[in-house]
Amino acid sequence: MARSVTTNRKHANTVLAWGVGLLIFFPILWTILTSFKTEAQAIASPPVFLNFDWTLENYAIVQERSDYMRFLWNSVIIAGGSTLLGVIIAVPAAWSMAFVPSKRTKDILLWMLSTKMLPAVGVLYPIYLIFIRLGLLDSRVGLVIVIMLINLPIIVWMLYTYFREIPGEILEAARMDGATLREEILYVLTPMAIPGIASTILLNIILAWNEAFWTLNLTAARAAPLTAFIASYSSPEGLFYAKLSAASTMAIAPILILGWFSQKQLVRGLTFGAVK
Amino acid sequence: MGRITLDNVTKSFGPVQVIPPLNLTIEDGEFTVFVGPSGCGKSTLLRLIAGLEDVSSGEIRIDRQDATHVPPAKRGLAMVFQSYALYPHMSVRRNIAFPLRMAKMDQAEIDRRVNSAAEVLNLGDYLDRRPGQLSGGQRQRVAIGRAIVREPAAFLFDEPLSNLDAALRVGMRLEISELHERLRTTMIYVTHDQVEAMTMADKIVVLRAGVIEQVGSPLELYRTPRNLFVAGFIGSPRMNLIEGPEAERRGAHTIGIRPEHIEVTEGPGAWSGTVGVAEHLGSDTFFHVHETGLAETITVRAGGEVGFDHGDRIHLTPREDLIHRFGADGLRFE
Amino acid sequence: MATQHSRSAARFMMAPAVILLLGWMLVPLTMTLWFSFKKYLPLRGGDLGWVGFDNYVRFVSSSSFWPAVQATLVIVLGVLVVTVCLGVLLAILLDQPMWGQGVVRILVIAPFFVMPTVSALVWKNMFMDPVNGLFAHLWKAFGAEPISWLSEASLFSIILIVSWQWLPFATLILLTAIQSLDSEQLEAAEMDGAPVLKRFWYIILPHLSRAITVVVLIQTIFLLSIFAEIFVTTQGSFGTRTLTYLIYQRVLESQNVGLGSAGGVYAIILANIVAIFLMRIVGRNLDA
Repeated sequence: MARSVTTNRKHANTVLAWGVGLLIFFPILWTILTSFKTEAQAIASPPVFLNFDWTLENYAIVQERSDYMRFLWNSVIIAGGSTLLGVIIAVPAAWSMAFVPSKRTKDILLWMLSTKMLPAVGVLYPIYLIFIRLGLLDSRVGLVIVIMLINLPIIVWMLYTYFREIPGEILEAARMDGATLREEILYVLTPMAIPGIASTILLNIILAWNEAFWTLNLTAARAAPLTAFIASYSSPEGLFYAKLSAASTMAIAPILILGWFSQKQLVRGLTFGAVK
Repeated sequence: MGRITLDNVTKSFGPVQVIPPLNLTIEDGEFTVFVGPSGCGKSTLLRLIAGLEDVSSGEIRIDRQDATHVPPAKRGLAMVFQSYALYPHMSVRRNIAFPLRMAKMDQAEIDRRVNSAAEVLNLGDYLDRRPGQLSGGQRQRVAIGRAIVREPAAFLFDEPLSNLDAALRVGMRLEISELHERLRTTMIYVTHDQVEAMTMADKIVVLRAGVIEQVGSPLELYRTPRNLFVAGFIGSPRMNLIEGPEAERRGAHTIGIRPEHIEVTEGPGAWSGTVGVAEHLGSDTFFHVHETGLAETITVRAGGEVGFDHGDRIHLTPREDLIHRFGADGLRFE
Repeated sequence: MATQHSRSAARFMMAPAVILLLGWMLVPLTMTLWFSFKKYLPLRGGDLGWVGFDNYVRFVSSSSFWPAVQATLVIVLGVLVVTVCLGVLLAILLDQPMWGQGVVRILVIAPFFVMPTVSALVWKNMFMDPVNGLFAHLWKAFGAEPISWLSEASLFSIILIVSWQWLPFATLILLTAIQSLDSEQLEAAEMDGAPVLKRFWYIILPHLSRAITVVVLIQTIFLLSIFAEIFVTTQGSFGTRTLTYLIYQRVLESQNVGLGSAGGVYAIILANIVAIFLMRIVGRNLDA
């Protein structure tokens, strides 16, 4: 809405918006700040905001005591692996639905979406049982598969909406220009689809990273990712605020940065194209 | 070189037949325009020729060779799309070179052809830009460039000017006509704009609902429209169509008279009416005349500046020798 | 443009995704249905035979069922009201011209990227703790008695935490929708003499109605199954045991699989009722 407003109003908007923004962001800011305090400063009364002795010892302790790197590695493998596997399965499917649509395409898409609506708790025991039988409980492979399956509908949908934006005339032009199907895919379609595929990957890594039902219920010690690692702080250890903060900061930092890059794609991905 | 023949070609989408059996020959070097209202099947017909759609039955011959089942790239045709269909991730140079690269032509020849096409189309300064950085007219030229370099047997244009604004459209129309004069290659051009058809075509094909209503040169269509549809479609402003006693008096069900074939006078004339809207263009003056007892509105075109205005009572006299007569079946008769 | 050949290729390319999702849906669903008609206690005798609709009746008539329904409704509705109302206001604010819009946007969106276990723990310990939490300090500063949030105002606390997580989502979608509003419409209304509030009520809000519907439906589906936030804060005590959490406890904690499965079937039915409405909207959009 490009409307001319007085500078005064712009000042007021700026102050208000920054105030609200900082308020919403405050819990994250406070966590990051606390992670650099000593435990004593973390629970000091009244609370200290910036005037404390900055220290990195909490990060060292968290890593040393709980082997943070192992949880991080599990998170990376589960989020990255499930997304990659999902994209590999979804690209051909989305591709054919976007470019060779049939009467059933819409029904298939909606049905895929409906599987996403299945409440996880409703199938918790069967999955648990299957995992025990197949020896997948507390394994990264098992989680990669489950997280891939719960995100597959979103991946297919996002890719589908991106592919649909590639105009059919361009593909026809390539055909007229003498490109074979292989050349058409290699030189025309893929370069045009890469931005869409990239943002799909980005958003799904975020979703997989933060998934906290299956990761909590299907892992114990070996395959537990950061979600489960943090949940372990809900026991008495949680009273060590500085360490809790350091662990939390490390758990959310990578995804916070990825998330900021993907904010433009967020809306489309999470509303299945219903809002653009 | 580029003689294209359609022999009993039909096209159905599911149970719907959009093109009933159709026969048409396009001579080598001819500029043929398919014109008709939207949904008349003109684009489908073009896409059948291009090979982007399969014919349901019948035969398409290009240079006397059966091309019915030849894939699009092997037909030796080039197409310019309505949306231009440029490859957004390639520079202008690589866009134009794309069909040559696909044909595995050697690089020196590719460069030579791209550069000469760029020169012809005034694209020299833009070769390293992406399509997204170009204006509509420039994109249009790139699309044409991509077609030219292939030295095709025929060019196919699918409403290429409909995304341009009015001023650019006139300019590009001239450029395409000049290109045809220079190359003398067969061109098939699809449009819904009869002005484009009249100004560019050697031969116009008027289509309605997949059926060819008439084929002929622009002036043939103007002078002797075969039926009411063509009469109403070709010419601007539209021909006045009159039914009732005036038509019966001339032995017809319907008579047609073009706005430019009616004389306007203050004094006595064959018909009379009241000026509704007068459009003064300087070079011409158009009157939309009501209360004539002939039809709701009679449109009249007078050359130069003529001083009647809204509400004036005027008299109209048609040129009897230029009245078109149509029977109850809508067909013209002499 | 499609030929017979490309159609069969398309079907082939679609097969892996379709088969996987079909399996993912049908196998566990069938098992849940199967268990729900059985008395099945893995740690206390295992499969004790068919019991018909016994589990369904027992699940609904147990003393924890209605409180769970109530807790679920309060949390879902509470979060929806908070996020939609604040989301609309925030979206309008962010749409105004200002300095540093991009940065503010990032600040507002950030909570969405925080994993649920982290946000629940941070709120629980560092804000809501009755001794060391920031709220306790704040209350003391004003001379008030600190509140033990998660036990005394448990539902409110959960709503606060979950709303904080979902407000960015609502804001972002509503902001996108507002930005698609044609500014000429607003100018026309201004010319027609509509004051600010009327413009909001008659033009902005109707324009947002579809986006709001989408936010409500999508959030409802996710909110019906929130788990981690309760798991790490109250573990379902103090009246925060939602339907999802109740089923979880039946299945994994008390290992009463038959009863839990019957609850699961209820949850699936409930989610599907919401889903149908969402799919209608999405499906309509697909045709456009």
